[in-house]
Amino acid sequence: MLTVINLSKQIGNFYLNNVNFKVNKGEYFVLLGPSGSGKSLLLEIIAGLQKPDQGKITLNNVNITEEKIQKRKVGIVFQDYALFPHMTVYENIIFSLSKKESKQNTIKELLKLLSIEHLLNRKPSSLSGGEKQRVALARALAAKPLLLLLDEPLASTDAMLKAEIRALLRNINKLGQTVIHVTHDYQDAITLSSKIGILNNGTLEDIGTTSEIFLKPKSLFIAKLMGIKNFFPAKIISEDENNQIKVVSIPENIEIKLVTEFSCGKEGWIIINSEDIVISLEYNKVSSNNQFKGKIVEIVPILNSIEVIIEASGIWAALVTYEAAYRLNLKENMEVWISFKSVAVKFVPN
Amino acid sequence: MKNNNLNLIFTLLGGILLLFIVAPILGLFLFTSKGSIINTINDEETIKSMGLTLWASMSATIIASFLAIPLAYLLARKSFWGRSFILSLINLPIVIPHTAAGIALLGVVSSNTTIGKFLKYLGLDFINNPKGIIIAMMFVSVPFLVNAAYEAFSNVPVKLEKAALTLGASVSKMFFTISLPLASKGIISGMIMMFARGMSEFGAVVIIAYYPTITPVLIYEKFTSLGLSYALPITTVFMIITLIVFIVLNIVTHIKKNVDSY
Repeated sequence: MLTVINLSKQIGNFYLNNVNFKVNKGEYFVLLGPSGSGKSLLLEIIAGLQKPDQGKITLNNVNITEEKIQKRKVGIVFQDYALFPHMTVYENIIFSLSKKESKQNTIKELLKLLSIEHLLNRKPSSLSGGEKQRVALARALAAKPLLLLLDEPLASTDAMLKAEIRALLRNINKLGQTVIHVTHDYQDAITLSSKIGILNNGTLEDIGTTSEIFLKPKSLFIAKLMGIKNFFPAKIISEDENNQIKVVSIPENIEIKLVTEFSCGKEGWIIINSEDIVISLEYNKVSSNNQFKGKIVEIVPILNSIEVIIEASGIWAALVTYEAAYRLNLKENMEVWISFKSVAVKFVPN
Repeated sequence: MKNNNLNLIFTLLGGILLLFIVAPILGLFLFTSKGSIINTINDEETIKSMGLTLWASMSATIIASFLAIPLAYLLARKSFWGRSFILSLINLPIVIPHTAAGIALLGVVSSNTTIGKFLKYLGLDFINNPKGIIIAMMFVSVPFLVNAAYEAFSNVPVKLEKAALTLGASVSKMFFTISLPLASKGIISGMIMMFARGMSEFGAVVIIAYYPTITPVLIYEKFTSLGLSYALPITTVFMIITLIVFIVLNIVTHIKKNVDSY
């Protein structure tokens, strides 16, 4: 599908350095990197909006390195959507189409898929962020691109909307659309990608399937970027009579109770926010379904709180207030109990 | 308290300036008798000259648009050697005395020059001809249009143009459906300014085409040959027409602004 070979570009003091990767048809490729790592520049080069200094890009075995932007069949959704403000939603969507094409059923289906049929006569300025996002996606998809590029599509959306847009993006990908998505948010990568590339300061540091990158991060930078804390591969092994609480095992053979809609046998990852983990000095009869004994290995003060790293069949991070750390007299090498509720455990399927 | 004093002083100073602008215009209306205005309206020569003035300025604006809009777009979007020089050059007609501009133009189009002879051979005679009025008006007023269009194109986000290209639009489709409509408010304002400026031109026109007489030349002619009382009614009527045109055009653009508010 897409191959990027030895791609380099210099802008001022910034170098995009000899980037190589391949995206297969139907893949959801997430380019993950901190801001200023060159993600958007790489995306613009693929779309033809910037010319590379060196290297080659092929799409379906055709060399498109020097191809005109409008002939590439590469769609892009910009971070700020770039909707045409003087046109209605409908005019925006059919911009790339001839009159005949705009009357085809595929457009109706697209509008339905993105749930924007009711917005067609509105101007972009009257739309909410999520609506603009959908319209921008519809406009890009209407042109039937071979490859869809998404530039930080979830950067300016709130948590509620994020889940909705992620589901939509997954749907679009399931329908066969090949996607390259650039982001600085590892959660986008976990929830959406089938393949991840890690871009750091203009260099592609690692590339692989989502599990390869998460389970064996090549460097501390990657681990940090991935926000790896309380993140474990897991498999649902049993469920209670009401189908409510399920038990997952993680490689260290501990069992964790959680609430999820997925059923027995499903594999994936579990994530527990460090602010949801409670530290106590002894075993407590509390409502939390998960409780383990462990040892404090590190205490790291951060902005308004303290991060306590505990080893308990795996490395766990718990966030506590200064006041609590002082009250419990937490110290390194101290034995403590950690507990968290079943509802605090998020299960992300493979 | 100090703030109030400052406001008072500023209001007073601003008021003096407004009076300075309004007083002569108001004076025109007060000192011109109704009868003489009616006579002027019925005078064929005057009406003809006013029609010619409006027509010539409108023509100059429309012709200039075809040349100024592409130039403004290039200046706003492309970086090339000599761009800053061109941006300064555009404003040259504003700074040189308009009679000097007329003389300079005459130097090019006069039938004594090679270019003038060639143009005459092509059937383009500018001396004492409406065509001469048009080029004189165009020369002095086109900077207003180029500057406004340049500003308007610069304000159109480049990203929108790029988005159009990624959607398969040709460069001309991109220009006509994205860049031009989004810059249209600014361009139309520039056209109104150019039209208004062209309509009031005297210096450059009088040198190239004294005849047929446009209204500013007619006013000058009446004043020098017959005196103030003969010049006043034409001035008043022309002032009214100018104001009406200016107000109507402003309303039209204002309506467009409301329709297109985004």
